[in-house]
Amino acid sequence: MTAALLALPVLLPALGAGLSLLRLSPRAVRVLSAAVLTLVPADALALLVLADTRGPQALHVGGWHAPLGVTLVADRLSALLLTVSTLVALAVLLFAIGQGTAEERRRTAVVFHPAYLVLVTGVSLAFLTGDLFNLFVAFEVMLAASYVLITVDADENRTRAGMTYTIVSLTSSILFITLIALVYAAAGTVTLAQLGPRLAELSDGLRGTLAVLLLVVLGIKAAIIPLHLWLPDSYPTAPAPITAVFAALLTKVGVYAVLRTETLLFPRGGVWPVLTCAAIITMIVGILGAVAQDDINRLLSFTLVSHIGFMLFGIALFDVRGLTGTILYIIHHIVVQAGLFLAAGLAVIRVGTASLPRMTKGPPPGVAVAVLFAVPALSLSGVPPFSGFVAKLALLQAGVAQGGAAAYALAAAALVTSLLTLYAMTRVWTTAFAGQPEHTGHSASGRLAAAQAPEPTPGGVGGARLMLASTAGMVLTGVAVAVLAGPLARIGERAAEDLLRPEAYRSVVLGEGEHR
Amino acid sequence: MNTIDVTLALVVGGLFAIGFYLMLQRSLMRIVLGFVILGHGTNLLLLVGGGTPGRPPVLDGTTSDPDRFADPLPQAMALTSIVITFGLTAFLMALAYRSWHLTGSDEVPDDPEDRRIGTLRERADEDHDTYPDPEPDAVPADDGTRRGGER
Repeated sequence: MTAALLALPVLLPALGAGLSLLRLSPRAVRVLSAAVLTLVPADALALLVLADTRGPQALHVGGWHAPLGVTLVADRLSALLLTVSTLVALAVLLFAIGQGTAEERRRTAVVFHPAYLVLVTGVSLAFLTGDLFNLFVAFEVMLAASYVLITVDADENRTRAGMTYTIVSLTSSILFITLIALVYAAAGTVTLAQLGPRLAELSDGLRGTLAVLLLVVLGIKAAIIPLHLWLPDSYPTAPAPITAVFAALLTKVGVYAVLRTETLLFPRGGVWPVLTCAAIITMIVGILGAVAQDDINRLLSFTLVSHIGFMLFGIALFDVRGLTGTILYIIHHIVVQAGLFLAAGLAVIRVGTASLPRMTKGPPPGVAVAVLFAVPALSLSGVPPFSGFVAKLALLQAGVAQGGAAAYALAAAALVTSLLTLYAMTRVWTTAFAGQPEHTGHSASGRLAAAQAPEPTPGGVGGARLMLASTAGMVLTGVAVAVLAGPLARIGERAAEDLLRPEAYRSVVLGEGEHR
Repeated sequence: MNTIDVTLALVVGGLFAIGFYLMLQRSLMRIVLGFVILGHGTNLLLLVGGGTPGRPPVLDGTTSDPDRFADPLPQAMALTSIVITFGLTAFLMALAYRSWHLTGSDEVPDDPEDRRIGTLRERADEDHDTYPDPEPDAVPADDGTRRGGER
């Protein structure tokens, strides 16, 4: 039973991807992938309950035990993030299906669904894997699917952006294998549970080198400044649902990997200055980049980069409160950033341009889209009572509670970044959504634009409704994160305690009593 | 005690140097070649990481002493990584071909929006217009310095 629960989040999307490659009708493929992505979050939720009540669960694939075989592990952290990620993946899939029917593009549907399901396979495997090499494989599965998604039906501009994205990701993958080879040569194992004590025996220089190489590898994947340059150039060129799923999942899987490896492989007593500097620079430089942008999707991409810094904030503090804050922030950010990109996508489809100066001149995209953008935008800026406020409050309290120059510097940077995020979001709001006085009949003209933009076919209207509904679902999930902040914070805290005391994790992976 | 093959280590170093040099070029073909060479370098590095060279592969069970045969795990990892680099190289070639097909050139161009934002201040000083219409042709011509992704 437990074995099935652990295997299904990886198996279901993989099998679904294989099935969808058969000559099925487009309708059957849509139903298949929606069904798969409904089952996976349900499975992940069951895993979460199991991990929360009975401790970490492990599956030794094929009966080969930990140091040799492939092990899947679900503890509170991985099950929690798996649940949230696959839920967002489902909402984005519905949006993409809606957009597909609204625009009647048949060709993309052929490649889109298999690639999307493979992407989810990679994400699930990354969350559940118990060894470093499998983490690399999971990243490759996820990234290979993302290369396909970002270049599907590409014109000249998207090919250029996809090229940059692919090459940078491949470079980080090469560095990842290099790291694995070095870690294996130094420690003789790649099982995460075994690596902690083995790496602790190495000399400080060697250990530090491996730690920094790991941070660089995962930093490229998580878009930590100064390793972020690929992200704002490539993400905005893709269609809205693809950008949304990339922004919600790919970088967060990178952050999850940082969180997992920093706690299991390189546990430390206090603040790590390198990570502190990276967090501060990521927050400040990222948001300044966002303020400078004129394109709504590029602006959101820069806020994405900037808010990765908040997640590093908690990891840099390295105590229970800090890690709890990070976990809350990851959950909040997965949901909210996806909602923002979907709402921006709706606005761009209705107005016909992503450039803010041009959006000002056109009719505003309508009240519904404006509200759907405003809620996650306020949440991202940390305005109460939305989820961003809860997550930021947890981080700031953690910083102040720990004290010390580094913690206060982090907290100050976080506050400045929140303020600038609010400024950037206000700018988007006033230029793209609020409309200008001369367009006082803006609801009428907005409705006109909304009616004109999609094809006036029955499928077009239904597709547009589905897009609106899935975006609304995403935004409501964001609100639910704020409403459920209490239970989420408690389970986040338990997950953070697990991270700092990984004995249970180690014993379930390696067998009872054997910690080496 | 484990020993290491110095020749192999030097070869790995050489492959990494050549690979990264090629990846830093503007030409897509060189980048693809750089990726291939880097892939070879990492596969060799995995084998070097496997311990003392010259041991036979896993034997038929006549000995259980792990020091008698070569460690099979790095070999399995190298195999996986060969498959992955092979598949991705094929994808990269297809993408490079598509890019050549669309643009007619082998070069990786700058991001136009990047360049527009990067030169906003200079152009604003010139024509006193902080919000020029973001036409693609408003992007200034390449001035030879090849401003990268700096914003």
